Amino acid sequence: MKRVVEGSEAVAEAVRLARVNVISAYPITPQTHIVEFLSEYCANGTMDARFLRVESEHSALAALIGTATTGVRSFTATSGQGLALMHELLHWTSGARLPIVMAEVNRALAPGWNIWVDQTDSLAQRDTGWIQLYCEDSQEVLDTIIQAYRLGELVDLPVMVVLDAFFLSHTYEPVDVPDQKLVDDYLPSWEPKFQLDTEKPCAFGPLVTPAFYMEMRHAIAGAMEDALEVFPRVEDEFEKIFDRRYGEIEAVSCNDAEIILVTSGTATSTSRLVVENLRAKGEKVGLLKIKLFRPFPVELVRKVLAPAKKVAVIDRNFSFGASGIFAQEIRAALCNTMKHPPVFGYVAGIGGRDVTADVIEDIYRRAKASDFPEGESVWVGLQEN
Amino acid sequence: MKQIFQRPKYLKDAVFHYCPGCGHSIIHRLVAEVIEELDIAEKTIGVPPAGCAVLAYDYFDLDMCEAPHGRGAAVATGVKRALPDRIVFSYQGDGDIAAIGTAETIHAANRGENITIIFVNNSCYGMTGGQMAPTTILGQNSSTTPGGRDSLRDGTPIDLSEMLAITKGSVYIERTSVNSPKNIRKTKKAIKKAFKIQMAGLGFSLIEVLSPCPTNWKLSPVDACKWIDETIVKTYPMKVIKDEAGNID
Ligand code: SF4
Repeated sequence: MKRVVEGSEAVAEAVRLARVNVISAYPITPQTHIVEFLSEYCANGTMDARFLRVESEHSALAALIGTATTGVRSFTATSGQGLALMHELLHWTSGARLPIVMAEVNRALAPGWNIWVDQTDSLAQRDTGWIQLYCEDSQEVLDTIIQAYRLGELVDLPVMVVLDAFFLSHTYEPVDVPDQKLVDDYLPSWEPKFQLDTEKPCAFGPLVTPAFYMEMRHAIAGAMEDALEVFPRVEDEFEKIFDRRYGEIEAVSCNDAEIILVTSGTATSTSRLVVENLRAKGEKVGLLKIKLFRPFPVELVRKVLAPAKKVAVIDRNFSFGASGIFAQEIRAALCNTMKHPPVFGYVAGIGGRDVTADVIEDIYRRAKASDFPEGESVWVGLQEN
Repeated sequence: MKQIFQRPKYLKDAVFHYCPGCGHSIIHRLVAEVIEELDIAEKTIGVPPAGCAVLAYDYFDLDMCEAPHGRGAAVATGVKRALPDRIVFSYQGDGDIAAIGTAETIHAANRGENITIIFVNNSCYGMTGGQMAPTTILGQNSSTTPGGRDSLRDGTPIDLSEMLAITKGSVYIERTSVNSPKNIRKTKKAIKKAFKIQMAGLGFSLIEVLSPCPTNWKLSPVDACKWIDETIVKTYPMKVIKDEAGNID
């Protein structure tokens, strides 16, 4: 049924539809509405789950390591500082191969305090072994949370579903909230390979010497590769029932494009409009949206970008001492192709500054005007002095 | 005409962002008055929290060093150890100090750090919209406990001040409120004593102030003050919890 819901409610509806058993969370702006909706559902009986009101994000994820090890479907949501505090447990979750799902509302890191959108919080966790999926609108958020359980449980890895602060979390959009019956058809209950069960004694998380540790890590690397293969299947099954799919990446007007813009999150929607307008004026511009960031879909990205003359990546994040993080990944993906276009990196919208159509068009014009990138990153829209 | 009331010297001429009837504004004033009366402003450093008081540096005309959420006692420890002749206080809400920051607070007290903490307890996460905090009293409605906090499901209200009193390193801990003129005067006296204990180098002091949050309690400012007397004090009685300093004057 189509309803007009807030992005946070779309997350909560998906969690309810996925028949999650345990939610554990600590409130942080702008994630709070998600946990408020969920505690409401738990209290009014429309969701049969336990809600753990723990004292920090660190304990929120630690508690889920406990619940998921017993084999029950587990969910948390956080943002910015909260995700940073979870860092140790993020490694633990993937190392323990627990398919926990998290909604991560992108928020800038302090100091200075800033509650607005910025992707550095989640991208800084790119090496923790979590699958990462970046969403563009609330429908995609709802669908992706449901898919995330399917995907994570097939490859035994945790999944982070990422959405922009306020632009998604607090914005109302028409969203198709599917019937429980259809979601049940799509998402079977989780059958963990191992779980805490005193009937079948088991010990988890032991000391692992150099003789085996490397193999364990290699297995996680393998699971990430499996995720790349499984993802299209997860989407096929989803499309069959719900008639929607998003793709690991989405290429818009890229076939004959000379310059391809690369975006993620809500900046993508604005970029679609900019590309349409520029195309109408005869500009050969295309757009590549990146949804699946971990594992990074290298082959798919290469196929779209390699034939272009230039690539212009818009990063709402920054790795200090290097460059925008999507730009880094795109460069790394392209460098082992024989012939590839130069990659222009642009940093925009840090700490919630708006990435308007004008900003995006300016980025396109800049990339068009120069033959080769002057540096790794150009910061767009900085104030003078 | 004789002037009998004025803005304390160390509160800036700024408009508080706090909600009408919020206790923070009063507590800010009391801290500023005490600092002025003790004549320590030039050597005082404040550590504000994450929470409703996150903008405290906009109001106190003092050196301020923001702490990450919950880490006030640890940051204040570092500042005080590096600058032992300065007066260091952290200003924290219950969501900050008695939830995410419990561990470092207990350990700072246990080490007997010579710092002062102003702990503002409004029994919920105020800034994020009134969710249940560990301090939320039983039966209290919050945006994550619709129908009220239930001890079997959500645990019982944490009494951090009593816990800190058990540590050997703490010197002075008192719980007060700012819900009446009488209690405001008592709170000021307690804050002053806490700062004096630090000035004398005696060790860890903390004043827990029960503070009305009309917005999240969904009460009028007057009723919020009444609710403290009628309900909150049953869980958190106002009293001197520990005093090893005696008469400090
Ligand atoms: S939410 Fe409560 S504690 Fe925060 S400023 Fe308003 S009244 Fe004060």
